[in-house]
Amino acid sequence: MIPDELKAITDAETEASAKVRCRLNVCMAAGCQSCHGDKVLKALQAEVASRKLEGVEVRGVGCLGLCAEGPLVLVDPEHVLYQRVQAEDAADIVAALGGKPVKRLVCSLETPFFKRQKFIVLENSGKINPERLEDYVAHRGYEALATCLTERQPPEVVAEVLASGLRGRGGAGFPTGLKWQMVAKAAGPKKYIICNGDEGDPGAFMDRSVLESDPHRVLEGMALAGYAVGADHGYVYVRAEYPLAVKRLNNAIKQAQKAGLLGPSICDTAFTFNVEVRLGAGAFVCGEETALIASVEGRRGQPRPRPPFPAEAGLWGCPTLINNVETFANIPPIMREGGKWFAGIGTEKSKGTKVFALAGRVCNTGLIEVPMGITLREIIFDIGGGIPEGRKFKAVQTGGPSGGCIPEQFLDMPVDYDSLAKVGSIMGSGGMIVMDESSCMVDVAKFFMEFCRTESCGKCVPCRVGTAQMHNLLSSICAGTATMDDLALLERLCDTVKFTSLCGLGQSSPNPVLTTLRYFRHEYLAHITDKRCPAGVCNIHSLAEVHA
Amino acid sequence: MAADSSKIAAPSADKRWRLVDNVMRRHGYRADGLIESLHAVQESFGYLDDVSLRFVAASLRLPPSKVYGVATFYHFFTLKPQGEHTCVVCLGTACYIKGAQKILDRIEQDYGIKPGETTPDNKLSVLTARCIGSCGLAPAVVIDGTMSGKLTADETAEHICRCVGA
Ligand SMILES: Cc1cc2nc3c(=O)[nH]c(=O)nc-3n(C[C@H](O)[C@H](O)[C@H](O)COP(=O)(O)O)c2cc1C
Ligand code: SF4
Ligand code: SF4
Ligand code: FES
Ligand code: FES
Repeated sequence: MIPDELKAITDAETEASAKVRCRLNVCMAAGCQSCHGDKVLKALQAEVASRKLEGVEVRGVGCLGLCAEGPLVLVDPEHVLYQRVQAEDAADIVAALGGKPVKRLVCSLETPFFKRQKFIVLENSGKINPERLEDYVAHRGYEALATCLTERQPPEVVAEVLASGLRGRGGAGFPTGLKWQMVAKAAGPKKYIICNGDEGDPGAFMDRSVLESDPHRVLEGMALAGYAVGADHGYVYVRAEYPLAVKRLNNAIKQAQKAGLLGPSICDTAFTFNVEVRLGAGAFVCGEETALIASVEGRRGQPRPRPPFPAEAGLWGCPTLINNVETFANIPPIMREGGKWFAGIGTEKSKGTKVFALAGRVCNTGLIEVPMGITLREIIFDIGGGIPEGRKFKAVQTGGPSGGCIPEQFLDMPVDYDSLAKVGSIMGSGGMIVMDESSCMVDVAKFFMEFCRTESCGKCVPCRVGTAQMHNLLSSICAGTATMDDLALLERLCDTVKFTSLCGLGQSSPNPVLTTLRYFRHEYLAHITDKRCPAGVCNIHSLAEVHA
Repeated sequence: MAADSSKIAAPSADKRWRLVDNVMRRHGYRADGLIESLHAVQESFGYLDDVSLRFVAASLRLPPSKVYGVATFYHFFTLKPQGEHTCVVCLGTACYIKGAQKILDRIEQDYGIKPGETTPDNKLSVLTARCIGSCGLAPAVVIDGTMSGKLTADETAEHICRCVGA
């Protein structure tokens, strides 16, 4: 496939879509499928067929964002969004084409939920059919790859990523350009690219959505990385819990190979790049890069000490570039529009946008993409629509089990890597869970500790034993049986585990405890001294029981 | 690294072994195909038992201890057969905040089983998951492979009742 052929595909697509008078885009991502979006698609297709309508196309697209109100259907060119559509609504929707929309189903697109977002990673999500290569190409897909391969040298590609200021979206925020430079400079005839799609944070679904809604973009990003650092083989490590993402990815790989966009001599150049999918098997620790490498090699996913970093010695001892799904998804637009353009978005030290999975006690749950530097308040109250049922906001959790709970006083803080770290949390991969007064913060800390305890790989003592002990202590605080000495012990243990664990899982496991202790200490004290749970969540033993 | 030519015979004439063998062959019977092979076994048979673990170990020229180690390390693999019906309750953060624990409590109350257990009549197994990626619809439950979201404990109980047919 060469640039001219890509253009031919685009032209053919443009010509075909010129014949389409009207398009019904049905969300076929996992969220909407689970509330029977697939039946809606079939019903709409049947309805259009039975009315013998010409120029009306019904097609599946990726996530439209407002997952909680699914199944969603977007009608173009009218640009009308229907929510909670059921198969029975098909007749009304089709009948309304070209006329007045079906009022009872309309979801306004003029709300801040849609207006305040900025799409880079998700620019194609909900706009293209993720199962068609042609659709991606018609939206300037693989343009960046073709141009780079034919017109730019690998060091120029690395330089462009450096100039963009892009930082890793997998959690730690390491500058992507620097990582690419390290791997590019590493010696060795064989190098690998790994795309981290393990998405272990329980309560986050950004990477899943990207893979389901726009799989080719991730493949293009990986191929560009391969060209830049000199690797000819890539793996995408995806959770086995995401069957739809795996299916779309495999389908995309096959299409790209057939079109000559993956495989040998891509775009008639000497560049070869193959991609394979590897399934995870439900171990959070496998998101950690050295554990992930062990898992790709077919072993138990246990981390090892770094250095050496994977950039020097990774998969089978070869230099390996590991980036997150969203990181790779940012690459094609960066190459297309230039690093400078990207660096113009966001804040001084955090460039571009970030995709968040907004969930919990918030009105609009779903997938959002916002420029870095937006405030938490804007995300939760404008885009998210605030807290349902007139309840009161209590905290927002970012970064999952490695992150922290941020209280109300920081709502006006900008969302970027450094500000979040300053208040004791992390950006993380993009899970954002809103909590209201019905959540007990000690119970939340216990929940995350239970997670870390079961997910600890057991390799090192501080984490294996420490998380279990911290969990015991939190359980007895929740049960109202703990003393102030127990609380002191808990704080000491947090410190020990944080500074002596081998990998990030153990090192960050105290974060949910530390932040809740910092901002919600009174709730801990209420459990310990007053024997009551202010939120009414914990089952506190009565004083008599305690003393019995 | 390629295995020698003596191919290990399948444990029985069951056609499903062929699916498993296909996957192992696709990975050249190499050790790094172990996890993919175990996925194939679980997909075909529903769980991993001694016979299948030994078959995979022999085919990939790996010590059984290593195969067992991997099979038990990863939560996705199960060494026990499931009941006729399964109910997976998501215990990810979003679902937990929205009351997934109440659903589990209700199931325990109705059927007397905790996560990972199966009723004595082998009708129902209850499992938990760490986020199934439908957080927007929390709390999420998967009953016999079909996901449902935004359920209360009562609704879930009804749903299970209908599936189990009790
Ligand atoms: C316990 C643990 C879990 C992790 N889970 C993930 C994950 O699910 N997805 C991810 O991309 N990175 C995860 N990471 C971070 C990776 O180790 C690695 O830093 C990242 O994939 C690098 O990509 P990036 O530079 O593009 O962010 C995890 C790290 C730790 C310590
Ligand atoms: S800690 Fe003890 S039981 Fe565990 S692996 Fe080492 S020797 Fe064996
Ligand atoms: S910190 Fe925990 S997860 Fe990491 S290596 Fe140690 S035991 Fe394993
Ligand atoms: S899954 Fe349909 S809108 Fe997100
Ligand atoms: S937390 Fe339950 S689906 Fe994500």
